[in-house]
Amino acid sequence: MAIGPDIALDLERFGFAGGPLLFQDLHLKVAGGEVVALIGPSGVGKTTLLRMVAGVQGGFAGSVHVAGKPADQAPRSGMVFQDARLLPWLTVAGNIRAVSPAMADAEIDALLERVGLGGVSALWPRQLSGGMQRRLGLARALSVNPRLLLLDEPFVSLDRAVVRDLQALFRQVVAELRPTVLLVSHDPEDAALLADRAVILTGRPARVAGEVALAGPRGPEDVAGLVARIRAVSG
Amino acid sequence: MARDPWDWLGWASLPLLGLIWQGAAWAAGSRFLPGPLAVAAHLRFLAQEAHLYADFGQTLLRAGLGFAISLGLGCVLGLTLGRVRGLDRLFGPWVVVGMNLPAIVLAILCYIWLGLTDFALVLAVVLNKVPLVTATIAQGVRSFDPDYDELARAFRMSRGDRLRLIYLPQLTPHVLTAARSGLALVWKIVLVFEVLGSDGGVGFRISLFFQFFDMKGILAYSCAFVALIMALEYLILRPLEERLLAWQSDRT
Repeated sequence: MAIGPDIALDLERFGFAGGPLLFQDLHLKVAGGEVVALIGPSGVGKTTLLRMVAGVQGGFAGSVHVAGKPADQAPRSGMVFQDARLLPWLTVAGNIRAVSPAMADAEIDALLERVGLGGVSALWPRQLSGGMQRRLGLARALSVNPRLLLLDEPFVSLDRAVVRDLQALFRQVVAELRPTVLLVSHDPEDAALLADRAVILTGRPARVAGEVALAGPRGPEDVAGLVARIRAVSG
Repeated sequence: MARDPWDWLGWASLPLLGLIWQGAAWAAGSRFLPGPLAVAAHLRFLAQEAHLYADFGQTLLRAGLGFAISLGLGCVLGLTLGRVRGLDRLFGPWVVVGMNLPAIVLAILCYIWLGLTDFALVLAVVLNKVPLVTATIAQGVRSFDPDYDELARAFRMSRGDRLRLIYLPQLTPHVLTAARSGLALVWKIVLVFEVLGSDGGVGFRISLFFQFFDMKGILAYSCAFVALIMALEYLILRPLEERLLAWQSDRT
């Protein structure tokens, strides 16, 4: 099976208008099929990096390439937002069709089934639980590009049981589709559980404080150890 | 969902008003306050023997045209002012001036400049209503959620899809508000303008009844008019609103 595209960020400078520099000489490479967690405190610029890879954020000096093309000219990425960000005036199926208009009803149903949302295609988003809304957000991202997933704090504000379910779903998707994934989180445990590599960002302008390789299957004890290693790098 | 135990009061509301009116008519015993039964009989006579349908047709056409043009034009202008800050700065004060111009002044000006024509009447209605629709829609556009804009850009939705799937649904509640307030306002303005200068229509006929102190005629036309507006509200506007805003509640 084809694995996801590689990503190369080479940022010379970036800052929002009127604000301090957010990035200066920041470089990051993600191999195709790799799951990289961007870890760092709130406001360090993790989401902005994700938006650059999605081709939404411009105005920077440097380059962001996806599969060798500038990010805004590369194929669309499957973005999962911090809030589910569903369109409340469209049904579950309508939310997927809004971004993937070529998908047939049967394909949408199969995709919903895959993320555990079988039989709810005609419901409104408000009729779904928080966890179901996040699943729909993931399904929408998969419908757009299952080979490149950009996840922005996908487990925030959910209770632990729902987070465990979503993490299991995420692992299943990664095992089946081998996508390239950039996962933004403030929680080292997300990285320790799900990523192949954690990149720890810190400071202003942001710099890479360190990286922790996380590859291989891991049990609860391993996760605790990995979290400790990430925290040690984070300082 | 449990039924509201006071639901039946809604059904009793209009009959109660009729009863009070009938009681007042009996107590007054004057030709200047005919009861609802006498008014209903007169309404039947006016429908069969006089100009009721023609008058209503004329007023409906004028109000419908004024309403449709005002809503369409106001939506386009509101969208433009809401999205383009420079134009909003330049023309925003014009909207405020328009909203504060008395309707009667606009009607007099249009009649003087263009003569006592249907065109002048409809134009006066449009000039009176467009600023309010524009302001309502512009306000709606300014309240668009930027998160949905980001979503549309992240998934690279086409301009058409953004308009259809992102902007119009956010605008719908504001359009409905503008439509509802417009409907309430346009009828009243058209009637006043018809009194002021017209050769037919509900307002024109009521002004004739007034000259002859024909209270049964005035009340018959008024009741028919109110019934028509309520029918539009309950048979068209509300079902349309429920359909368009079904995603907001469990009404479907």
